[in-house]
Amino acid sequence: MALKPVTFTLNGNAKAAFTEDGQNLLDFLRRSVGDLSPKYGCGQGGCGACTVLMDGAPVLACLTLAEAAQGARIETAAGLAGAALHPLQEAFMERFAAQCGYCTPGMLMAARALLDRNPRPSRDEVIEAISGNICRCTGYEPIIAAILDVAEGRVRA
Amino acid sequence: MTETPMIGGNMIDFRKEFFADERPEKLNEIGKPTRRQDITGHVTGRSPFYDDHLFEGLLHMRCVRSPHHAARIRRIDTSAAERMPGVQRIVLGRDVPRNLNTLLSLLDFGIDDEPILSTDRVRYKGEPVAAVIAATDAQARDAVAAIRVEWEPLPHVLDVEAAIKPGAPAVLDIYPNNKFAYHGKYDHQKLRYGDVETAFRQADHVVEGRYQMSPIEQAPVETCGAIAAPEQNGRWVCYTSTQALFFSLGTAAKVLEMPSSRLHFIGGTVGGGFGGKVDSIHEPMAILGAMLTGRPVKFMWDREEEMQVGAPRGAELWIVKDGVMRDGRIIARQFTGYFDSGAYTRLSSYAVIKCVGHLPGPYTIPNVHANVYCVFTNRTPATAMRGFGITGVDFAIEAHMDKVAEAVGMNPIELRLLNAYRDGDMKAHRRIAKNCALIECCQVVAEKAGVKLAPHLAALASTRDGGGDRARLPAHTVTDENGRVQGYQPWSYARKNAPARDPFVGAPPPVQPPRAPAAGTPAVNAPPRADQPPPPPPPSPASPPRQGALRFSSLSGFRRR
Repeated sequence: MALKPVTFTLNGNAKAAFTEDGQNLLDFLRRSVGDLSPKYGCGQGGCGACTVLMDGAPVLACLTLAEAAQGARIETAAGLAGAALHPLQEAFMERFAAQCGYCTPGMLMAARALLDRNPRPSRDEVIEAISGNICRCTGYEPIIAAILDVAEGRVRA
Repeated sequence: MTETPMIGGNMIDFRKEFFADERPEKLNEIGKPTRRQDITGHVTGRSPFYDDHLFEGLLHMRCVRSPHHAARIRRIDTSAAERMPGVQRIVLGRDVPRNLNTLLSLLDFGIDDEPILSTDRVRYKGEPVAAVIAATDAQARDAVAAIRVEWEPLPHVLDVEAAIKPGAPAVLDIYPNNKFAYHGKYDHQKLRYGDVETAFRQADHVVEGRYQMSPIEQAPVETCGAIAAPEQNGRWVCYTSTQALFFSLGTAAKVLEMPSSRLHFIGGTVGGGFGGKVDSIHEPMAILGAMLTGRPVKFMWDREEEMQVGAPRGAELWIVKDGVMRDGRIIARQFTGYFDSGAYTRLSSYAVIKCVGHLPGPYTIPNVHANVYCVFTNRTPATAMRGFGITGVDFAIEAHMDKVAEAVGMNPIELRLLNAYRDGDMKAHRRIAKNCALIECCQVVAEKAGVKLAPHLAALASTRDGGGDRARLPAHTVTDENGRVQGYQPWSYARKNAPARDPFVGAPPPVQPPRAPAAGTPAVNAPPRADQPPPPPPPSPASPPRQGALRFSSLSGFRRR
């Protein structure tokens, strides 16, 4: 099995690791790099639990080859908080926008990508942005409410 | 943040006028938003789910599964797979120390019926017959595809009504009529209260309905799985997605014939369960894999397995017949219900008991009759899901209430108000109703739906006018011996003349010093009944009286029958 080096930034830190032929970004981040925040839910692009940002855009890590991360800026839920929690994290906590928490890292990254490109989204735009992320517990309403809280300035950064 | 009582995005409407004298005015939690204790881990991606534990040298286990609903296994040829790259071990049924289990056997309920890895016969599509342990998941998949199984397909049955017809293929030899045997007595769970047949003749209308519910997959976003690894001194650690940690521990100890003191289970962070993570399939398999290889082993379903072989809420079929008077009073209700247990018992037998305890729904009906069957078919075994044992029949009951309302020309909310339980009413299973609230809920629904209630219905309250005549047991209850089964030990799920339960390998349980009963706690006694079996031998004088939560033996019917 041929190993290939991949250099990239993860949550702002320079990283280098080896990938195996055909390894997907989800397995690479979790097993080879040790960032366990993206989750496996389906392995076929259906659930969004593995959503990470690649150069600012949300990608499904299970359908992305690890090699594609070469030179890229990767962001995950594990890097969302700085010295303080990100407003989206605060809003998710306040709004009870997680129960089991398994979809939450992917959901947060989809929301983060939305607010980065559109800081004042409508409710419909929020729904569209998380439409690729399945949550089996909450019924979505608390998640939408949390994202709108941030968009409409009810949670301070 | 807003101070409005909200749960998620939804405003909660607290009506303090209801039951105001039944609760303290100062509630500490209700109506106030509360943070989950584990929420910080969730939003930072640091909650430790079972698959978030990394092990050097982790091996991956995957199963060979039946493509048939029912088949005999003629031969399993693993020779090609054994030579494939990365393959460490092939596991077959003969490697499982005790390759037959039923989940509720830990509670002495049900007969062991399900192999961990079947050796001779499969009973549902996707049933595992072998497992491969390999260095990578991809290598395990390749080796699974290289195992050749010679199948002899057998007749199968996928529908409860077809399964109980004479001549239907028997799914399990121990239940030749495809019906679970209750209490060693009947092929269904009975509820008898009053005399429905006489009441049907007196009723102004008799309304019948037939209702069906498909199986429902719990579909947690985290698929079920476990990782096991060797610890020191012959112990094994197991990280698991189980939502029933001690149940899974007990099951693993039984299947592996190992004292539970040698098993170190770590769980509690579950990526969605909804009832579907109680079946304890992955833990014994992962630990067995670790024992056979001496390495950490992960056994994890992929999404396709979660959907195909993950046990769903089982299908149900209900036939409901009501006798109702012109004024809307329901005087009789008869149920025939079928739970589709799939190919094995798992928890469906208990779901039926729980269901029958719930009949006839939240309505005071003086004559009730129910026959509810736990039926085996060649579908995926069913298990628990939210509202376990209740959801399907509640759908049937409430759909039927609407049908009855139509038959008597009443608004469906009014029909419910008229028949709802009130505090003090006698329920069909001979317990007094208390803490009722259906009337108040219906009144609020009527208000929100813009339905103007007649003054006498608007004035009803759960706490008023219950009991009295409504608390009286029927003068006569019609009983029958339909569905008698033979061949079981009385009051037991053991079969007569069956070999005694295998001696449990391992240390005997430590002897607990007897606890003195709490002062002033009365022993709970059921009123003596003529049809009761001889009482069990009296407990030792020092053993504590039953108190607090109901014990399973009481739920399962052994206590009170």
